[in-house]
Amino acid sequence: MNETGISAGDTAWLLTSAALVFLMTPGLAFFYGGLVSRRHVLNTLMMTIGALCVAALVWALIGYSLAFAPGGALIGGLAWAGFQGVGGEPQADYAATVPHLAFAAFQGMFAVIAPALTAGAVVGRMDFRAYLLFVALWCVGVYAPVAHWVWGLGGWIRESGALDFAGGTVVHIAAGAAALVAAALVGARADVKRSPLRPHNVPFVLLGAGLLWFGWLGFNAGSALTAGGLASLALVTTHLSAAAAVLVWLAIETARAGKATAVGAATAAVVGLVGITPAAGFVSPAAAMAIGGITAAVGYAAIQWRTRLNLDDTLDVFACHGVGGMCGSLLTGVFARQSLNEAGANGLLAGNPKLVLTQLIAVVATLAYTLAATFVLLKLVGLILPLRLPLAQELEGIDRHAHGETAYHEATGDDLFDPAV
Amino acid sequence: MKLITAIIRPERLAEVKSALFRVGVTGLSVSGVRGHGGEPEIVEHVRGQRIVVEFTEKVELRMAVSEPFVEPAVAAILTAARTGAVGDGKIFIQSLERVIRIRTGEENEAALTPLTAEEVQARALQEAPDKGTANLGKAP
Repeated sequence: MNETGISAGDTAWLLTSAALVFLMTPGLAFFYGGLVSRRHVLNTLMMTIGALCVAALVWALIGYSLAFAPGGALIGGLAWAGFQGVGGEPQADYAATVPHLAFAAFQGMFAVIAPALTAGAVVGRMDFRAYLLFVALWCVGVYAPVAHWVWGLGGWIRESGALDFAGGTVVHIAAGAAALVAAALVGARADVKRSPLRPHNVPFVLLGAGLLWFGWLGFNAGSALTAGGLASLALVTTHLSAAAAVLVWLAIETARAGKATAVGAATAAVVGLVGITPAAGFVSPAAAMAIGGITAAVGYAAIQWRTRLNLDDTLDVFACHGVGGMCGSLLTGVFARQSLNEAGANGLLAGNPKLVLTQLIAVVATLAYTLAATFVLLKLVGLILPLRLPLAQELEGIDRHAHGETAYHEATGDDLFDPAV
Repeated sequence: MKLITAIIRPERLAEVKSALFRVGVTGLSVSGVRGHGGEPEIVEHVRGQRIVVEFTEKVELRMAVSEPFVEPAVAAILTAARTGAVGDGKIFIQSLERVIRIRTGEENEAALTPLTAEEVQARALQEAPDKGTANLGKAP
């Protein structure tokens, strides 16, 4: 440690974690890309990669400042717009041992994956330009304020004592709720009833889930902001929750249909990772297994419920991230133990049932605000650009129309048999 | 001269190819096709949702043969492709008007036998002399 208080170890770990979290977005692109039809796979990848680039710039220009700069209970100030004054010196209010810029960059990776997650609700039918505009507005209008509430100095959820270690509310509940609104406003796929979604490339889905799992270790363990015991705890809880979620999900599948599926394993891993995100640095490894298992069961039920509705959240962003995030946030209130992390709190099992209520308020507030704000923002985008592609383009495949490319060139004729998605 | 088109199960392709080679039919084209022949539907599951796979994967073989090879080829396919379950496929036989080998311009019978046919057949018989060919001539 030098005279500025910067720890080389903490800084190295935080920058490494930022890179790990970055990789989650390309991983998400493959997770989503494998799940859709071969005719929309490039558009699906591009929505995710496009969101990455838009959110990265918006974050640096204004998002970071609105989320973290000194301000009120509802929103931060403009002092750090354009990363002005955000440099090599630590910002002791957030992370005393790393350069302020490293903290801002790490947080920026979170701001990227949150809007990218929403793409899963509207794959195969949304106008690409409209989606990018939506991402830009959403980063400013939803992500930044919610991040301020939960993590920003003076933010009201932070002050309420609610716990969110790595973004269960900010990233996952917000993204899930936004996905629900986007699915409703953009509308269902034209042939949603006739042809159920059949993944065109299951190995991509597993590849993507693997990259997400890998990156998530940085997402959660990096959120310790130091390279020590807390980061180790978060890494272990994250890993165990995902593993438990996969096994529980496969057991449910086997009991219901007799088969353990690969798409199920990939989905369950993501659900288990979402569930532990708010809890990662506040609960014990054993509690992490319980959180993963419970979140998987709830997530599985949520998907079965969603598919009976007319709401076409195509890749179940709400069921996986929204419901998973809510479940994890509430379970944080059950399993948290202050003896594991001084900055944490005791939950229900440690004799403090009040934390569950505090968590519930944070969950409901995030959900309600995100639903309303996303609705307004998407309506606004709809005034400027068409949200929805023309029907013919949707049925023929967006890749050729929006991007002038197709993913696969072999003349197998396979696309003739691929149900339109 | 006949054009024989056989739709078979993908997993029987290797057997059928060997059986055809053993009876001296060594020129053929293969393509992947999908179709429906009254077999029970295939059901897959994605995140708990049932998905009925409407068309089953099959392999289509096409070979043009001169008259003496028609029955041996049919017998070889029948023996090697049959499992007894619905979905074993079909064989279609059509008359051919004219065949031309592009390399030489040879026509009809002369164009039908690959130069290496005997070699290929000899090798196939050496590898598994009895399989498939034992049933030749007593196809149902």
